[in-house]
Amino acid sequence: MTEPITDFTTVVPFWKPRVTPVELDKASEEQLEAMKVTPSDTGVGAYVLVLAHDPQTLKERTPLFNGIMYSHGGLSRTETELGAVAASLVNRCIYCAAVHSNRYNQLAKDETVIEGIFGAGEAADLDPRQKAIFNFATKLSECPSEAGEADVRQLMDAGLGMDEIFDLVLTASLFGWANRLMHVLGDPIPRES
Amino acid sequence: MDDIFRSIVVEAAGIAADHPLAAVIAGRSDVMQLTQASHDAALKPEPPGGLSHAERAALACRMARLSDEEMLARHFEAMIPESGGWQAIADPAFDGTDDERTRAILRHTDLVTVDPKRAAEADIAALKSAGILEPDIVRLSELIAFVGYQVRVVKGLRLMAEAA
Repeated sequence: MTEPITDFTTVVPFWKPRVTPVELDKASEEQLEAMKVTPSDTGVGAYVLVLAHDPQTLKERTPLFNGIMYSHGGLSRTETELGAVAASLVNRCIYCAAVHSNRYNQLAKDETVIEGIFGAGEAADLDPRQKAIFNFATKLSECPSEAGEADVRQLMDAGLGMDEIFDLVLTASLFGWANRLMHVLGDPIPRES
Repeated sequence: MDDIFRSIVVEAAGIAADHPLAAVIAGRSDVMQLTQASHDAALKPEPPGGLSHAERAALACRMARLSDEEMLARHFEAMIPESGGWQAIADPAFDGTDDERTRAILRHTDLVTVDPKRAAEADIAALKSAGILEPDIVRLSELIAFVGYQVRVVKGLRLMAEAA
């Protein structure tokens, strides 16, 4: 059996569920609607098919996820990905960290930030704005949260507006949700297997 | 839920419609509406499957307490029915005593709430051995994960309000 990946990577792994996914041809109308698929759709991933066991929540979460990650205005796409990476590191979700660090690198066209974070965490050599974002998202992701007013001030001092800070709060919080599904309900497996 | 200033997260953060942050929050009204809808889907779904509304409210209250989020803990506490003995579950010191199913659910809820990085395959196997069906494992996971989201949105909003 292939061992799960335990080190952070920017190469997106396969996700192997620990719970039996819903079988697409046996899915109920409600499950199909929540997955936003037609019965002839063959590209539905294991993750969505696992979450289809709870169609009520899945139906709301998908537009919520898109609304936070891909909305216009507020925090840039690149910085949103940095917040997602910070949360995924705290929660050690290898899969989410890979997807979002990979996307960060593509958007930023710079791999040094993620390399620094994977290597040194909060001690990484980041500019003040990146540092403030990474610091706040990391602290908010702890349980209980360790973020304080001073961390919000650090964001403001680094030039973030309240609309950007709100987007960062939403992103880090959203990965408090996503990591608790992805990391708990399945294993990241190397792609070549 | 039409008025986002009456949604649970905005009220728990103590932000009213005349607050300086009101325009910022209104700028993400779609997300706030979906946050409220997700709360209802995680706490009061129909049908509820193997996790009753009472058990979900009690677990959510427990998670809010573990997360030091007193305002949300109060909100969930008010959703727990007075009869049925569900209040015990909301107490983080309660471990389920001799009920195998409850013990397994509480152990898993506490682990994934407080220290999700430590969750492993054996933890899902433990839920299965306690007789919890796979769809209910996913329902429980969504409930835990949703509360993990909600407590942080409230905390973040409250910090923003302090700094604004």
